[in-house]
Amino acid sequence: MRLITAVIKPFKLDDVKAALETLGVHGLTVSEASGYGRQGGHTEVYRGAEYQVDLVPKLRVEVVCDDDDVDDLIDAIVAASRTGKIGDGKVWSVPVETLVRVRTGERGTAAI
Amino acid sequence: MPPAFSAGDTAWVMVSAALVMLMIPGLALFYGGMVRAKSALNMLMMSISCLAVVTVVWLLYGYSLAFGPDAFGGMIGTLKFAGMDGIGVQTLTGSVPTLVFASFQLMFAAITTALLSGSIADRAKFGSWLVFVAAWATAVYFPIAHWVFDGQGWIAGHLHTLDLAGGTVVEINSGASGLALALVLGKRIGFKRDPMRPHSLPLVVLGGGLLWFGWFGFNAGSALASGGLAGMAFFNTQVAGAAGVLGWLAVEKRRDGHATTLGAVSGAVAGLVGITPACGSVNPMGALVVGALAGVACSYAVGLKFRFGYDDSLDVAGVHGVGGIVGTLLIGVLASAAVTGHARGLAYGGGLDQLGRQALAVVVVGAYAFALTWLIAKGIDRWIGFRVSRDDELAGLDLLVHGESAYDIGAHTAGIGHRITGHHHDHHDDQHDTQVVASSEGESISANIRP
Repeated sequence: MRLITAVIKPFKLDDVKAALETLGVHGLTVSEASGYGRQGGHTEVYRGAEYQVDLVPKLRVEVVCDDDDVDDLIDAIVAASRTGKIGDGKVWSVPVETLVRVRTGERGTAAI
Repeated sequence: MPPAFSAGDTAWVMVSAALVMLMIPGLALFYGGMVRAKSALNMLMMSISCLAVVTVVWLLYGYSLAFGPDAFGGMIGTLKFAGMDGIGVQTLTGSVPTLVFASFQLMFAAITTALLSGSIADRAKFGSWLVFVAAWATAVYFPIAHWVFDGQGWIAGHLHTLDLAGGTVVEINSGASGLALALVLGKRIGFKRDPMRPHSLPLVVLGGGLLWFGWFGFNAGSALASGGLAGMAFFNTQVAGAAGVLGWLAVEKRRDGHATTLGAVSGAVAGLVGITPACGSVNPMGALVVGALAGVACSYAVGLKFRFGYDDSLDVAGVHGVGGIVGTLLIGVLASAAVTGHARGLAYGGGLDQLGRQALAVVVVGAYAFALTWLIAKGIDRWIGFRVSRDDELAGLDLLVHGESAYDIGAHTAGIGHRITGHHHDHHDDQHDTQVVASSEGESISANIRP
């Protein structure tokens, strides 16, 4: 099993969700995040004072999947979240050792 | 012969007093939206507390110091009316009952004191603020109100400076005093380094809107009569507020690239500040000039604190001080005999006479307010301390000073993880739990600031 984590632009969430649904993904977790990369942040001006805001809002999308599906899902997330402009985010995966569905106690791939 | 009682005048001044009262919660929201979320309630409380403290001192002796029988050649009133002694239902001031006039003037004292709080956002001890409010109203506001608003006062009665609604008493006074207060308390931790962005611009708009609404009572009520002068002041108030918005936004768009919401509301306040002294001296085209120039001047003035390194946090000096000076001086240029009945400004062939009278009042009121406020604030700082501890300031004043937080939103603060732990005896533990939750928020954005 693998855990895919994608840090994306917030307004791309609907596209990513739709892409994952067409590949049969039934559940994911989304959390608010903030960060920066090459995008570097942005500036805001209040009463003439210009603030450089380094950390910009992002969403973190997490999906657990079977090892065989990981490349397809990552490709789908990347395609759906890309705008081609700086600040599109990152997607990565890591191995998952244990997975339990809390309601039923099912373990492993049955719990995906 | 004094004018007889007028029902129309009385009704208008009573309504105006209530309109000015509404400016205080308006100011609280205007200021509260501009500070960071962690100290928003403290900002509201600094305004609201003025309504309470100033009302009590006004009743006890403030009204009498400002409007009692004159002493020392127009310097101060005596204590004859302390506790509103001897003032009954039959007592008149002009054509309105004295208690109606006193209510109207009380609201001016309270809002002017509340204005100062913007210069020391996020860092004042609340108890020390309450002491300051009483002391400042007593030593600074009441005397200046006597000079300008009482016909026996030396500025109104001898110098003949024109100031219908308090460009000196309210605006220049609060601006100079706010500057002194900001200098005594010092800069917020992280000034010019951390982003101190307004946490809620919608609140700023709501508060600014209430201020504008209340300003009709503030300015047109200052005619102390329901008639032509009140009508002129009312119309001028609207014109100057509108011109202030456009003036400020024009500067912003050209200088910073964006016309901002905060700029629009700030410009409205600047224009309204500018017309405050002048609303009964200039005609509507004059009001257009006053409002626009105040909007432009203040939009530049708010940047001075970054250049010179003083933390007038919400620009009390930059908006009220500068806008008040612009409006008070422009009377000397734009006063029209068609409005004033006698005095004329430079532009209407009056020469430099009126401008000189205006300038002297600006300088004396500004200098007196700055000096006295500095002394009072220094005294309180020595005596009981005026500034919260470093840790308290960083954590935010709301939880530590008031035991509350302004917002309960977001998955991990919306009631989750909070327990009812009893009442007063568990208060301290409860506060500690909540504080840990709060500390995960807001500290992660780093930024730098360009003056």
